[in-house]
Amino acid sequence: MGSKEKTTVPFNGTPEQEKALREMIGQHKGQQGALMPVLQQAQEIYGYLPIEVQTIIAEEMDIPLEKVYGVSTFYSQFSLYPKGKYRISVCLGTACYVKGSGDIFAKLSEKLGISDGKCTQDGVFSLDACRCIGACGLAPVMTVNDDVYGKLTVDQIDGILAKYAE
Amino acid sequence: MYRSQVLICGGTGCTSSGSEKIAKKLQEEIEANGLADEVMVVRTGCFGLCALGPIMIVYPEGTFYSMVKEEDIPEIVSEHLLKGRVVTRLVYDETVGENEIKSLKETNFYRKQHRIALRNCGVINPENIEEYIGRDGYQALGKVLKEMSPDDVIQTILDSGLRGRGGGGFPTGKKWQLARNLVKDADQKYVCCNADEGDPGAFMDRSVLEGDPHVVIEAMAIAGYAIGATQGYIYIRAEYPIAVQRLQIAINQAREYGMLGKDIFGSGFDFDLDIRLGAGAFVCGEETALMTSIEGNRGEPRPRPPFPAESGLFKKPTILNNVETYANIPQIILNGADWFASMGTEKSKGTKVFALGGKIHNTGLVEVPMGTTLREVIYEIGGGIPNGKAFKAAQTGGPSGGCIPAEHLDIPIDYDNLIAIGSMMGSGGLIVMDEDNCMVDIAKFFLQFTVDESCGKCTPCRIGTKRLYEMLEKITSGNATMEDLDKMEQLCYYIKNNSLCGLGQTAPNPVLSTLRYFKDEYIAHVKDKKCPAGVCQDLLTYKIIDLKCKGCTACARGCPVGAISGTVKQPHTIDTTKCIKCGACMAKCKFGAIIKE
Repeated sequence: MGSKEKTTVPFNGTPEQEKALREMIGQHKGQQGALMPVLQQAQEIYGYLPIEVQTIIAEEMDIPLEKVYGVSTFYSQFSLYPKGKYRISVCLGTACYVKGSGDIFAKLSEKLGISDGKCTQDGVFSLDACRCIGACGLAPVMTVNDDVYGKLTVDQIDGILAKYAE
Repeated sequence: MYRSQVLICGGTGCTSSGSEKIAKKLQEEIEANGLADEVMVVRTGCFGLCALGPIMIVYPEGTFYSMVKEEDIPEIVSEHLLKGRVVTRLVYDETVGENEIKSLKETNFYRKQHRIALRNCGVINPENIEEYIGRDGYQALGKVLKEMSPDDVIQTILDSGLRGRGGGGFPTGKKWQLARNLVKDADQKYVCCNADEGDPGAFMDRSVLEGDPHVVIEAMAIAGYAIGATQGYIYIRAEYPIAVQRLQIAINQAREYGMLGKDIFGSGFDFDLDIRLGAGAFVCGEETALMTSIEGNRGEPRPRPPFPAESGLFKKPTILNNVETYANIPQIILNGADWFASMGTEKSKGTKVFALGGKIHNTGLVEVPMGTTLREVIYEIGGGIPNGKAFKAAQTGGPSGGCIPAEHLDIPIDYDNLIAIGSMMGSGGLIVMDEDNCMVDIAKFFLQFTVDESCGKCTPCRIGTKRLYEMLEKITSGNATMEDLDKMEQLCYYIKNNSLCGLGQTAPNPVLSTLRYFKDEYIAHVKDKKCPAGVCQDLLTYKIIDLKCKGCTACARGCPVGAISGTVKQPHTIDTTKCIKCGACMAKCKFGAIIKE
């Protein structure tokens, strides 16, 4: 699943985001096992979980940073680097795989020049392999943000990418 | 009172193929035709026949429209809803008889199904608690609180023979009994629901939560009463946004109606529920890992004992059941243990939901009595294999399970039979593979999954699965010897016997079961350096058949590395030393002149 490499994109969080983050953490004060929901909502605010955000969470929740980092890197949903404007996700669940989603993924990776979990340099596309979004009737399936593309063949890829590239 | 109801599937499968837009368009057209007071549009959960989505059923007739498109809506409204003339062209062809439209229950897909866990899916609006109550919802909770002692409840579940639907098949009543009795003076106990459906290709839990969320809430409250817990947690995959949203709506409504909260039905029993989102870790399907994750940690398993019934979530006695297990509970309470135990086989009672996928006509969700054969599920309900291909294997149990070959198609499906033939029930994913699938490649696919998902805590799983994966790579790249096959089998047993949790203990199953039933394919890769199914790239060569080649040059122009040469109108040839086996030439050839072998 997603690689946990550090991003080279500089952190540019806004004061509004930081305010929202601190307020959100405040709402979880005293709740048992609050770290996961806090990280999930922090990722909603920033789109990813850079070390700067993790540091604020550690301070506000009075949890060691290494624990915050440990949890952030354990789960594949948490990302330490930003995602593209268009997030492409190819289902590599079994039902899609036996119908050829591996080839779809390889083609996208080749076209975009990025591997699993990465983002193109211009920040337009990011590519992830995911495990079953549950639309097995449409296998093989990929999603671009909230758009779902089903019953895919490799030769449709160019056309789909072109729709977003403009 | 409406004269007609139109049910539109709002499950993930149909939503992905545009059912939301269709529902909107339908509402607009109904209003435009002045039918708003006569026809009601209801968004339901999954009907099960996902392959034909988006699906729409018009009641009272029960007309089943499949693969509906937005542009079909005006015709359906003006013809069917206004004039009462069915648009036969859009009706699911299996329901079209000579002079009549047949009921859905008469179709091959539904005839052999028996829906208990899925009884409300595709029937009610999951966002309206009153529709659930209208189908006997929360009656079981009322019965339990008014008429039964906690021990009565546990005895009923024990007598029903219900076993955990999440994979292991542990008797549910036994689990509850332990949690009730093991620790007498606990100040708090917890009821948890595992909705972290991690098996790629299984979506039954999601469909229950999307189509009938209240059944899980009711069952958890019953479980809370039985073991003496007042708080529950539902741990659900964040990848299931529709399910999460409907569950939250259902919890809010249940609180509003007094089905959750303080003093439920004036019985003095308190119970409440919270949702916790998973974050994409397969290991969190393991019970101790799931609880560690709810506590806000890395979701790593821990050794048992102590079992969760004694020391689970936040070190308190805890039970954890899967969504489908819970979905059976209210019906068992209402209809009695004997009713439930009358279905199924000797040791596996009731029904099981399967997510049918892969190389099969009717991809979708089916619920059949335990003991139904694989052949019935695949050929009668599933409609068989598309494109005239031959069946090769059915995979059950996901990354923990195995592949079942054609010789076992007639085995009655239950927990013990599946284990005896080297697979397992798992959560109910059932992926069909045909002659074009390479079994070594499939084993490698699952191992890649476990390598990714191994949490890293214990060495046999962390390093063992990686080494196992490398051995499979060696085989699929044509570099393995027969000795490697023996070594690989030994490593499988080592990982099984020494891993800490269920993930590692079952990780080698896909390798062992394919070795057991498809050893000839492994041998072909090792000895002949061939992939019989034509999947493993390194072992393939592309060839042009001279007799079929027209010399149109399309392949040569399509080849990215210039490996194809030849003159116009003369047969071309592929230079195999340059060929990168991308398959572009084969896709370009209109004459079927290029083959891979």
